[in-house]
Amino acid sequence: MEKDVLILAIESSCDETAAAVVKNGRDVLSNVISSQIELHKLYGGVVPEIASRKHIEKINQVITEALEESHTTLDDLDAIAVTYGPGLVGALLVGVAEAKAISFARNIPLVGVHHIEGHISANYIENKDLEPPFICLVVSGGHTHLVKVADYGTYEILGRTRDDAAGEAFDKVARAIGLGYPGGPKIDRLSKEGNADAIHFPKAKIADAPYDFSFSGLKSAVLNYLNGCQMKGIEVNRADVAASFQKAVCDVLVEHAMLAVKESGLNKLAIAGGVASNGTLRAAMEQACAENGIRFYRPSPIFCTDNAAMIGAAGYYEYMQGTRSGYDLNAVPNLKLGER
Amino acid sequence: MKILAIDSSGLVASVAVVEDEILLAEFTIDYKKTHSQTLLPMLDQMTKMIELDLNSIDAIAVAGGPGSFTGLRIGSATAKGLGLALDKPLLHIPTVDALAYNLYGVETLICPIMDARRNQVYTGVYRFEGDQFCTIKEQEPMAIEKLAELLNDRGEAVVFLGDGVPVYREALKGLLKVPYRFAPAHVNRQRAAAVAALGLLYAAAGKFETATEHCPDYLRLSQAERERAEREAAQKGEH
Repeated sequence: MEKDVLILAIESSCDETAAAVVKNGRDVLSNVISSQIELHKLYGGVVPEIASRKHIEKINQVITEALEESHTTLDDLDAIAVTYGPGLVGALLVGVAEAKAISFARNIPLVGVHHIEGHISANYIENKDLEPPFICLVVSGGHTHLVKVADYGTYEILGRTRDDAAGEAFDKVARAIGLGYPGGPKIDRLSKEGNADAIHFPKAKIADAPYDFSFSGLKSAVLNYLNGCQMKGIEVNRADVAASFQKAVCDVLVEHAMLAVKESGLNKLAIAGGVASNGTLRAAMEQACAENGIRFYRPSPIFCTDNAAMIGAAGYYEYMQGTRSGYDLNAVPNLKLGER
Repeated sequence: MKILAIDSSGLVASVAVVEDEILLAEFTIDYKKTHSQTLLPMLDQMTKMIELDLNSIDAIAVAGGPGSFTGLRIGSATAKGLGLALDKPLLHIPTVDALAYNLYGVETLICPIMDARRNQVYTGVYRFEGDQFCTIKEQEPMAIEKLAELLNDRGEAVVFLGDGVPVYREALKGLLKVPYRFAPAHVNRQRAAAVAALGLLYAAAGKFETATEHCPDYLRLSQAERERAEREAAQKGEH
């Protein structure tokens, strides 16, 4: 019996202060998340300085809870994993400085983790059988990536958004139809009352880049539609707009993901990121995978939105491969996947 | 009483260990690298050099603000992480107070000025009465003109220090009607040794806080909060 590897993970890249203890990369012993969402609603989106201030207020409490809930002490830990990018620099720095100080004070190895690698690795938590290689679609408020996970820690980016992230498009459309922030869950909820075929919104295709995405055109089409209705004095059915917009986003995500799986010959698809908790996207992706005989993996919603358990999962595989970060580890707001 | 101190409130990064009346070690740099890259490596090198058993320290003192928002958070998160990992209390030392404490025993007024942007300095006014470190004007963000007026009104000689000096030296020369001097390089910026020495007084007075409760004092709202407050005030004015 090999010795268990216990990792304390810390995540503070955006508006959740989170800490988790993860065993052997797959067993989540605790997963504590302090969300700031109510605070940022006042401003219609995440305010970086407010987020950073909240992180420093909450971080020790969150870490302490994660240790207590998992019945773990710092002495039991094999490593500390921390998100060091991409994200909001001021927010990232809180987690990074805290993790470095604990690592230093207790001589615990430190592993800097890429936030998107964390999102992808969230799939390992509940799918004990999932191993690379597979295709992963990462969709969140800041990211839209179609990734080939060749091995643990080895990624090939097949496609990415040329403009807005999928989640960003949700937020902007939600604001335009008066739903407020955060847009994703609100559009998902309202669209259940609407007809997804009521309005035809265009799906952007990018020449020579079949895996890339573009959502700003779709967002503009929604805004144009709303303006057109207003000028003609037509009352807007917000539920129809929400449902039709959401369908347009999901269709393109599903289409590109299916293409990537088929071309790669891998036959395994995972989704990750905050938008992966969207009910319509999950259902559409599940159906498409079933029709095409593809194994489909998705994390529970709690592991889709930002959390530290996913950083612990990613950190475990980095740790096992010998990745160690120094005390000069810095936050890298635009860190690329696969870079160190 | 052994205190480990951190100051990353401004351009300077500084760490020190003071045990009662002895400065065991201090590492201070004023360099273009970010605090995130320098502070922990400095702490690591300094503690190794003096073979410090981290468990032997009694408290962690940190310059708690004002200062650069990000710089303060790097210092605070480092102090909070150390406090959590070592199960030690923190001492929250006001940044401007610690700057002034560099000039122990000076008989004139002591006035640190930190460049706070937006045409302000973070400043305060202090003096030593015998052994006593006295605060005449508590630290706050202030326009340089208002500070000069305040000092002119007091009519006493004053020593300036801080990273606001190169920014406002000429302005001060024009505004001041009292005798003034500028402190030299070895005592004119943040030094963790001063944070630690002042920390000893805080510790003696029992002014500890837990690592969990510690937060920086920014002395300013975030831009978004300020603009929101202004909007609300303007709306109230209209009604």
